[in-house]
Amino acid sequence: MTGLNPQLNANGELQHLLTIEGLPREIVLHILDTAHSFLSVGEREIKKVPLLRGKAIFNLFFEASTRTRTTFEIAAKRLSADVINLNVGTSSQSKGETLLDTVANLSAMHADMFVVRHSQSGAAHLIARHVAPYIHVINAGDGRHAHPTQGLLDMFTIRHYKKEFSSLRVAIVGDVLHSRVARSQIHALTTLGVPEVRVIGPRTLLPTNVSELGVHVHHDMATGLKDVDVVIMLRLQNERMNGALLPSAQEFFKYYGLTPEKLANAKPDAIVMHPGPMNRGIEIDSSVADGRQSVILPQVTFGIAVRMAVMAILAGNA
Amino acid sequence: MTKPALPDAEDLLAGLIERMRVSVTPDTALIGIHTGGVWLAQRLHKALALRQPLGTIDVSFYRDDYGSRGLHAKVRPSDIPFEVVDADIVLVDDVLHTGRTIRAAMNELFDYGRPQSIRLAALIDRGGRQLPIAAQFVGAEVSVADGEQIELTRNEQDRLSLVLTRQGAA
Repeated sequence: MTGLNPQLNANGELQHLLTIEGLPREIVLHILDTAHSFLSVGEREIKKVPLLRGKAIFNLFFEASTRTRTTFEIAAKRLSADVINLNVGTSSQSKGETLLDTVANLSAMHADMFVVRHSQSGAAHLIARHVAPYIHVINAGDGRHAHPTQGLLDMFTIRHYKKEFSSLRVAIVGDVLHSRVARSQIHALTTLGVPEVRVIGPRTLLPTNVSELGVHVHHDMATGLKDVDVVIMLRLQNERMNGALLPSAQEFFKYYGLTPEKLANAKPDAIVMHPGPMNRGIEIDSSVADGRQSVILPQVTFGIAVRMAVMAILAGNA
Repeated sequence: MTKPALPDAEDLLAGLIERMRVSVTPDTALIGIHTGGVWLAQRLHKALALRQPLGTIDVSFYRDDYGSRGLHAKVRPSDIPFEVVDADIVLVDDVLHTGRTIRAAMNELFDYGRPQSIRLAALIDRGGRQLPIAAQFVGAEVSVADGEQIELTRNEQDRLSLVLTRQGAA
């Protein structure tokens, strides 16, 4: 591991995927282009390619996840890798083993790649700094910090429907404060040259310094959604509903929930995205979630292709 | 050192069309291997007036040097817009050399289904096979030195030509 960016090897190739922040634009585009080719593999009778035969990929999930863990598992299997799923919260860690000891033990079982989700920001970075040089680490979500494959699959989705990034207006709506997804999306959109990124939400749910990331801040949906091409809704984290940040879920829905009326402010062909899991009736109305502008389910399908691309590129950069 | 003259690609293509015309049926399906093979397959498909839509294949996900060289920098989607099961297929590539690309292409094809037959058309057969693979339709056999590459290029008027490059040369 050399230089300022611990994600890149000495040749400037992707060694780990930890965050989109600071990732060269060419690497982001290479991942998206490669994912495009993997998409057609998913439409075949036999949805597998032999690239990662004999490789062992460990899904290390210290935090609950269904969609992300499952799509990583499918992606690895479609690359012909062996996949081992560990819900670590329920095993060694509860017996007192440290994160690095867990990883060292799994490395001794000849792991080639770790896919890591952890509630602590920086957990994947920590593992990446300590593994042997032939082992690759993918961050599948760390604390409030980053969720790079979600950010990439969102970019893939946007490009699929909108073709070019260079003329888009994109709005990210809701609980930006707690969202690692939003951070990854903002870095990705900026890296890809989207000229106008907006965040919309109540002051209590936007980070105080969010405008430093190059986004326009709005507190009102009607002006925030005006003429946007893409609306990205974030999950309002229910566990925070009883804190001082919000009066109530009903109140939030009234002002920030995406209804057909609010969506009418966006361009007529705007797409609606959501990383899941959705809270219907809190951040998004069912008629929008299931409506013609929703691309929420295609996002999931694209997520498999994007994760295949990331794994295939990493494992090839020995 | 003067380069040996390479044959004219358009002349070779014309010969290839005539050779294939007598042994394909209207239902024969063509698959071009990216990138030069796709250019050739487009021309062959038109000249032979085939009914099946043209297929294209990028073998990056099936290459046997992934472990040593990683994923190809530019992967294009494979597109096989016809039913592979029981199809009579001709794979099309520009230069047949070691045979490894063809091995990879055949492996990929079998993940779409079990074809009736696969034949191979190549504009140039430069020898040097490392696998038991042969082309049924060849434009010309050309021998060049080990460190040299024959590349097919296409200009803005869609005219094909062959160029000789040396590995490591500027």
